[in-house]
Amino acid sequence: MRIKWKDYEANDLFDELIGTTSRPRKAARSVCKYLSSLRENELQDISHAAEMAMHVMGITFTVYSEGTGIDRTWPFDIIPRVISAREWARTEEGLIQRVKALNCFIDDIYHEQNIIKDEIFPEEVLADSVNFRKECVGIDPPLGIWAHICGSDLVRDKDGTLYVLEDNLRVPSGVSYMLENRMVMKRVFPELFEDYSIQPVDDYPTRLFDMLASMSPRPADYPTIVVLTPGIYNSAYFEHSYLAQQMGVELVEGSDLMVSEDDCVYMRTIEGLERIDVIYRRVDDLFLDPEVFEPESTLGIPGIMRAWSKGNVAIANAPGAGVADDKVVYAFVPKMIEYYLGEKAIIPNVQTYLCMYKDECDYVLNNLDKLVVKPANESGGYGMLIGPNSTKKEREQFADLIKKKPRNYVAQPTLSLSTAPTLCDGKLEPRHLDLRPFILSGESSYVTRGGLTRVALKKGSLVVNSSQGGGSKDTWIVE
Amino acid sequence: MILSRVAERIYWMARYIERAENTARIIMVNSNLLLDLPKGIAPGWEPIITITGSSDLFSEHYAEVDERSVAKFLISDKLNPGSILNSLLSARENLRTTRAIVPRGTWEVLNDLHYYAEENKSKILSRKGRYEYLTHIIRSCQLIAGNISGSMSHDQTYEFVRLGRSLERADMTTRVLEVRAGNLLPKLADEFKPFDDIQWKSILESLAAYQMYRRHVHVRVKGSAVMSYLLQDKQFPRSIAHCVNEVENCLRSLPDSDDALRTLGHLQRLVFEADEKDMGRKMLNKFMSKLQVTLGQVHDQLSLAYYQTDRIKEELVETKESSKDRKEFAA
Repeated sequence: MRIKWKDYEANDLFDELIGTTSRPRKAARSVCKYLSSLRENELQDISHAAEMAMHVMGITFTVYSEGTGIDRTWPFDIIPRVISAREWARTEEGLIQRVKALNCFIDDIYHEQNIIKDEIFPEEVLADSVNFRKECVGIDPPLGIWAHICGSDLVRDKDGTLYVLEDNLRVPSGVSYMLENRMVMKRVFPELFEDYSIQPVDDYPTRLFDMLASMSPRPADYPTIVVLTPGIYNSAYFEHSYLAQQMGVELVEGSDLMVSEDDCVYMRTIEGLERIDVIYRRVDDLFLDPEVFEPESTLGIPGIMRAWSKGNVAIANAPGAGVADDKVVYAFVPKMIEYYLGEKAIIPNVQTYLCMYKDECDYVLNNLDKLVVKPANESGGYGMLIGPNSTKKEREQFADLIKKKPRNYVAQPTLSLSTAPTLCDGKLEPRHLDLRPFILSGESSYVTRGGLTRVALKKGSLVVNSSQGGGSKDTWIVE
Repeated sequence: MILSRVAERIYWMARYIERAENTARIIMVNSNLLLDLPKGIAPGWEPIITITGSSDLFSEHYAEVDERSVAKFLISDKLNPGSILNSLLSARENLRTTRAIVPRGTWEVLNDLHYYAEENKSKILSRKGRYEYLTHIIRSCQLIAGNISGSMSHDQTYEFVRLGRSLERADMTTRVLEVRAGNLLPKLADEFKPFDDIQWKSILESLAAYQMYRRHVHVRVKGSAVMSYLLQDKQFPRSIAHCVNEVENCLRSLPDSDDALRTLGHLQRLVFEADEKDMGRKMLNKFMSKLQVTLGQVHDQLSLAYYQTDRIKEELVETKESSKDRKEFAA
């Protein structure tokens, strides 16, 4: 049966493609028209072709058990999410503004801590931060930038406003899926790309390379850049390898590198040791240097913090940048933007209750059934309470957890995340989604055209994480 | 510039691909040979197990050396580390960790082949299905080789592909000659056994050499000529001489290759000075084992020179040494 957009029920939520009158939104008009011109089963065939393409291209994450690898492809939905170029331009500005302020904040925290002295940011939040690294105090990374690659999650509420839900400043992943999704879409929907002006995304690796190169401590035409991966067992290994390939740089593991007596970092090559200038690390802080952090870590390189603090090597993101990747710190970002930049935040935060404050904590405890409670330092959607879907027992458990460690919890109103038509068993149904654009900060800033759209494939589910039944879509910024 | 770890993995990737292709070919050729020979003469399947050097492992798990067991053991048995499926899996794991270096198309073909081999393994039970299956394996392996050769820079990394491939090929050729030719060589000088020529032909086919042999060696297929062709012909890509020369060329464009080159020189002398007429059955075994051991030494030297490096660039060594000297002087 052909698609009839009239029959598509977006309920009373905001749908990215279909407006309130069951008519496609302006930016999505051509794509919706094209989709409804397809014959019966054609969508399903295209979806199958896309799946096969991903399988052959090896766009997988690997689950290892008992020594054998099982490859899983991340579910991909072929219906694109469309955003108008005009809306995106404003969003881009907002993201750049936000990351600028976050970088000022991190640099301030590791130096003067003026924001604490001026009583904008409470000292006790820092005192309890698990991502604050005292080893980074007083260090000046190149250009004063700590978070070179940031992945901020955006969600749209019922009223159509985009909000920032969180900022990932440690080792944000997903950009390779954004790039590969586009490649698959071009394979399966070539017609659409012909007469639609969709902004290309594939300059990301070049931008990433240029940004990394600009941090090199040695002024040379060709700085030696590497991508540092924890190895094949990491679920994002595909991405590490993909980015190294796209940038034409080496993909290294900790054991490929060493710090010599001159406090420079070298990699072991067939011709001996070669000096490294910039490391794009995808290894968490605590595993980076067994001399300074986790002594048992075999993923890191002994002495690398020494080399970094002397300025002999640049590391992206800088160790310690994660201090701003904390859901309590998140709540202060609009204030940071005002404090450091003297501007109003362009993209709003989701209203956040901090359990560390007694009155806000009381409100949270009294309204657990309406709120989403999140631990301050988890990622991947783990350890959350989604109030409206929770049982009494779960709420009691969370109340106990919150009372024990109020600093560790924040709560937000349950948003009605926007939806987009998604192919489910041959039919298009609305599914909730979010968006993760990636922001690069170096000599200049760059935002991906769109980003990675993650979609919750289970009906009614609000959890988009790949580890919990989420999939992804291609994101189109169109003129 | 190439990372030691990458060099090692690329090398093994190439070896495993070559191994999968070679194993597929010897199984296929043996199936065909057996159709041509009367029961009493047919060498059966035991030699194939011997060629792959896995007789003990095989007899541990299988009661009889019949066609089905051998095919299963060499193609799909997970317990056999040298089975085609395991070779492809190892090649894929090695390539997965070096994907950033090797052309994307290569990965796609290998990935596809891996899935094909896994999903269609039930095909090998019938002769017809097995033929199809093995043909697919051989063609895909060649596609991978072609893809690498046609779309990857012929730089140092590429030398490690060639090294792996050439050493694996040379090794396979010695094994095929040792086992298959060994069984065929007459115990007495002028003894002629019926069906010998068919069997010598199948030796050539096991190494994809029949057509080229016919073009370049203008005598009918006979033992001594086949032996010297596969041992000493410089142009045929699977002859031992050719493989060894390939290895030499690779080593000459790599740094720190003196030790390996020395061993290789020794190997080349062995190959070129050999006179197939002097080789009785016993001598042949001894000679081929010697070649295999020497090939193994070349591998060990590669490993020492490139895969386990911890050497510091010269300028750094100098500064380190001079600072050490200064310390000693001060003490």
